[in-house]
Amino acid sequence: MDAETPAPLLAVRDLTMRFGGLRAVDTLSFIANRGDITAVIGPNGAGKTTVFNCITGFYRPTSGALVLTHAEGAQFSLERLPGHRIAARAKVARTFQNIRLFAGMTVLENLLVAQHNALMRHTGLGIGAVLGLSGYPRAERAAVATARAWLDRIGLISRADDPAGALPYGAQRRLEIARAMCIEPVMLCLDEPAAGLNPRESEELNHLLLDIRAGGCSILLIEHDMGVVMRISDHIVVLDHGKKIADGTPEQIRNDSAVIAAYLGEGDEGEEPAEAAE
Amino acid sequence: MAARSTGALRDAGLSALVALGIFGVMVGLHTSEGEHGLYLEFKPIAAGVLVALVFFGRLLMVTLRERDRREAYREKRRFAEALTRAGVYVAPVLLAFAVLLPFTGDRFYLDLGVLVMTYVMLGWGLNIVVGLAGLLDLGYVAFYAVGAYSYALLSTTPIHIPGFTIEVFGLVIESVGFTFQLGFWTCLPLSGMLAACWGIMLGFPVLRLRGDYLAIVTLAFGEIIRIVITNWVSLTNGPNGISNIPRPTLFGLSFVGGDGPGTFAGFFGLEPSPTYRVVFLYYLIFGLALLTNWVTLRLRRLPLGRAWEALREDEIACRSLGINITVTKLTAFAIGAMFGGFAGAFFATRQAFISPESFTFIESAIVLSIVVLGGMGSQLGTALAALVMIGGLEMLRYGLAVLGEVSQNETFQAIANELPLFRMLIFGLALVIMMVLRPRGLVSGRTPTVALGESREIAAELVAQGRG
Repeated sequence: MDAETPAPLLAVRDLTMRFGGLRAVDTLSFIANRGDITAVIGPNGAGKTTVFNCITGFYRPTSGALVLTHAEGAQFSLERLPGHRIAARAKVARTFQNIRLFAGMTVLENLLVAQHNALMRHTGLGIGAVLGLSGYPRAERAAVATARAWLDRIGLISRADDPAGALPYGAQRRLEIARAMCIEPVMLCLDEPAAGLNPRESEELNHLLLDIRAGGCSILLIEHDMGVVMRISDHIVVLDHGKKIADGTPEQIRNDSAVIAAYLGEGDEGEEPAEAAE
Repeated sequence: MAARSTGALRDAGLSALVALGIFGVMVGLHTSEGEHGLYLEFKPIAAGVLVALVFFGRLLMVTLRERDRREAYREKRRFAEALTRAGVYVAPVLLAFAVLLPFTGDRFYLDLGVLVMTYVMLGWGLNIVVGLAGLLDLGYVAFYAVGAYSYALLSTTPIHIPGFTIEVFGLVIESVGFTFQLGFWTCLPLSGMLAACWGIMLGFPVLRLRGDYLAIVTLAFGEIIRIVITNWVSLTNGPNGISNIPRPTLFGLSFVGGDGPGTFAGFFGLEPSPTYRVVFLYYLIFGLALLTNWVTLRLRRLPLGRAWEALREDEIACRSLGINITVTKLTAFAIGAMFGGFAGAFFATRQAFISPESFTFIESAIVLSIVVLGGMGSQLGTALAALVMIGGLEMLRYGLAVLGEVSQNETFQAIANELPLFRMLIFGLALVIMMVLRPRGLVSGRTPTVALGESREIAAELVAQGRG
């Protein structure tokens, strides 16, 4: 990369993650450009979720660098930031392979919790808001308006006051994406968002993701559903056994012999490494 | 029908057989001391009565349960809805009752009211940690103790400011030394703050712990505080405790010393009576409890409170949304501890004497069972549970004592005298029964903190209990 070109949104350099003797991710390097939907694909056990967990701060990489650059130039070394700062400062949001909503809270509350940091700034160290002194009510009205706008977009406005745990599966997936978007991320990391969706829901998801990209948020995507990946991705990174085997546009990947071999060839499929860190 | 009753009979018979196996040996055989040493006495009637009780009890239970299950479910549903509707009126009625209680003027009820209110306040304080943030705390009494000892030590230690002379640009400022003592209203917030500090101190090492491990460490913390208080004799006077702790005052008016100048009775020209002090104490703890409740209810509707509940629901999701888990957990510990500290300061000023004996593990257990019994996270439930567990038991004892006196019946009197010994047994039994009937506590649902339309109660099944 020469100094002339602006830094990419996310540059992953020589990322290695080792669990004991296992190299889940092995000197992986790739770039995710601003405004793109970048897909990370690969057979089960290829290390996709591990990469995600490293990017979003749930794992600390054994070695390597993860540099995120905001449009206005601020740079963050994600491998060094504590977990919650990655969402709060670097503005990287994520969803989970097994949905993690706040099941006992309402749909609206879920979206308000996501705006925690923005709202906290208006509480006057908490004391002001408890006494009703600071401008907190106005901030909360704005947060509710944001939440309402997202509920409109994902078609859940009528269920705003229902507990999130009572929603059907597809709606929970959409809500989780909306919740992640409520932190106003620059990059949204989606871990298999289409898993378990029927074709119609999958189609809706495509539209939602393209819509989010149009809104200026870049997307990093892990997905098994090739229909989703090939249709909406701008750029695909293929992993196998923790190593990158291909990198390019959907067209290039479709015709890549190494990818075809990994998917159809010698099927040495292990289990997916541990999901999000406990 | 016939098949069903045969089934019920067989079931009851089996239960009776098990009972026979147990009671036959434990009750039916009795060793007594005779002239030639121990001999075995047979008590077939006692054992028989117990076995028969089990048989008929089981029969009744099975028959009742055999009713149409769907009908039973619908009935239960209706009952729950009625309970929710009634619940709207319960809180105001309870509040009015609490406000009006002192007007009975009865010392017994006042003392009982103060006791119940203390536990209500402790319950509400612990509810922040356990009910909202989902952090199981078995050492809550530690903060109660810190509050009590902070107040006791601060208020009994005279503070001496030595005299000094300063010369600034030729101007001589001279001050004579003076000594003063901190009053109740200064010490109260200080006690709360000190307890909050200890809450944070406990919070740090347990940040990474969950569930059972968290419970054990908090339990140990409670014991550490008590043992330190017991052994640090030079500061706390050890097991002998601290006595002569100053009584609280109302705008400088004291409640002791008859009707002399500066006393409550003297100022208002009233007949001096110790009741005024108890009424004052009652309203004091009532006010403190209401403060706890108000702050908790406010916080629930603020980002911090929502973050606590989100933490209880899913810690990992919280982290992915940029919520600082360390700060969130520590504030829960600190605010919960602060209210425990307030309650402790009140306890010290009410008793005028404290010793480590008042801060044993059993207090933590009682407060925790009040929270669990009331329904974790529910303010009303906690108040009801404290009323039933502390007030109910005391009323039962009192009622039996009165009945014993009236009836001149020795059995009643004996039961009334011995009931306090069985307090924990009754407590445990109530917990077991409650957990079987209403596993999520008296008031189990969760009220949303914000709503676009009509706010609806969230069923307990969906609400996480927190894993520490």
